[in-house]
Amino acid sequence: MFKGKKVLCIGERDGIPGSAIAECIKTAGGEPVLQLTQCYV
Amino acid sequence: MGYPVVKGVSYIIAHVPDLVRYGSKPAREIAKDPALLEKINASLRSFDQAKNYPPHQAFIGNIKPEALWDLERPWFEHLLADSPRESAWGEIMPEDEFYGLLKIVDVFDLIDLTSEFTAIVKPKLENHKLIHAADLENLGDGVSRETVAQKIKAGALPLMLGPELVGCIQDGHDEDHNLTADILLENLACKASGVLAMRRALHSLNFDPAAIDFVMNTGEEAVGDRYQRGAGNLAKAMAESTGCYNSTGVDIKAFCCSPVHTMILAGGLIHSGVHDHIMVVGGGCLAKLGMKMKGHLANAMPIMEDVLAAFAVILGPDDGRNPQIRLDLIGKHAVSTGSSQQAIYEALVKKPLERFGLAIPEIDKYSTELHNPEITEPAGSGNVPKNNYRMIAGLAVMQGQLKREEIDTFELKYGMPGYSPTQGHVPSAVPYLGHAREAILKGELERVMFLGKGSLFLGKMTNLSDGMSFIIEKNKGQ
Repeated sequence: MFKGKKVLCIGERDGIPGSAIAECIKTAGGEPVLQLTQCYV
Repeated sequence: MGYPVVKGVSYIIAHVPDLVRYGSKPAREIAKDPALLEKINASLRSFDQAKNYPPHQAFIGNIKPEALWDLERPWFEHLLADSPRESAWGEIMPEDEFYGLLKIVDVFDLIDLTSEFTAIVKPKLENHKLIHAADLENLGDGVSRETVAQKIKAGALPLMLGPELVGCIQDGHDEDHNLTADILLENLACKASGVLAMRRALHSLNFDPAAIDFVMNTGEEAVGDRYQRGAGNLAKAMAESTGCYNSTGVDIKAFCCSPVHTMILAGGLIHSGVHDHIMVVGGGCLAKLGMKMKGHLANAMPIMEDVLAAFAVILGPDDGRNPQIRLDLIGKHAVSTGSSQQAIYEALVKKPLERFGLAIPEIDKYSTELHNPEITEPAGSGNVPKNNYRMIAGLAVMQGQLKREEIDTFELKYGMPGYSPTQGHVPSAVPYLGHAREAILKGELERVMFLGKGSLFLGKMTNLSDGMSFIIEKNKGQ
């Protein structure tokens, strides 16, 4: 479902980090154009 | 000599609704939409509402955090009427007195309070057991309203008490962006609240400030100037204002993880004989006032981040009585740990326990990030402590130390509801230190683990986060 898609990967410190989301997106054929991890507290 | 001990802990809250406008988020939003200030002002809590708020009473130690399970939510609508302002460990200070305290710890005349306001607040501070004659001298008699108005016209920030102008704070330099009035207000707020917590800790233990050798500040404020931004040592300034004349100090920077790092460092310095008694302090964070106000306003709630919170801990060599910091059971999130949640919890919880053949359920309580969910949930940030307890429980299940069906009840048995103001480093595990010390002394608990995390990536120097853990346990010398 991500093949050929550009994806913004926004992760969370207490959840899934942005870098992990980006790796999954790459595996699924997508192109991470932004990857960052945020702190929501 | 055994491991160092936690001799005493204090917690304070300063209710500062009229400083909410100077929090980072409100200041940015008001600049975009000046009409927002009126909405903010209409959504602030009174002092009694803040004082009677159950999580605040848990924070200063008048009720146990676990008692919050039994209180109806939302807590801000189910207040504990006529709650005391003080506790054995701390207090909740109203805004007018805190303005006076800001002036007292301001050694550069950055703050001016009007003579009318000073005349009202001085008698209140005279009656405060932690305010001394020298403090009242620093408070002075105030200046005219015209002087304050002129300074505001020249760029100073107004200090309001409801609709009344009661003072201002001015820039510390004409060209230095690190010494602007808003940054100096942040730094002074951290200093004043930290000093109040330190004085409380000393007072509650009847501890001579001159016996403190070293002060370690865990606050996140970047005290410094144009050539050394964030250069620090607010700790020494706090020591000076607390009468710790035989102490020097240092600031330990690690985002929200700093208190846990600092407790371990302080324990190490005492155990190695470098210092005898150390005070660890964390002052309040003004930048985080109103941080999640959009969620609160959208849900027709009061703005819950209207308080500064601070803590202080006195650590000393083994006295055979107080709970000890197990310096051999430290957990750390190393560079090689990675950033997956499983890897982080293995590093912070599983590894240190494994070294001594302890299972996760052999720790009586886990104190993790203790952010009050009533503040975070309306802003979409979820229930942080609950999520952390689920992670620890999940790890225990993977180790075969807990049944899968026990994950949901793990929080009730080994944890607590979040009850700390969202003040960054302050909620990071340490709010439970006072309760844990008391429960261990009473024989209700044997061992408690404290684990904190820090979002280093926010500083744009690494994608890594940070984490540390330590355990305190009953002193076998008892």
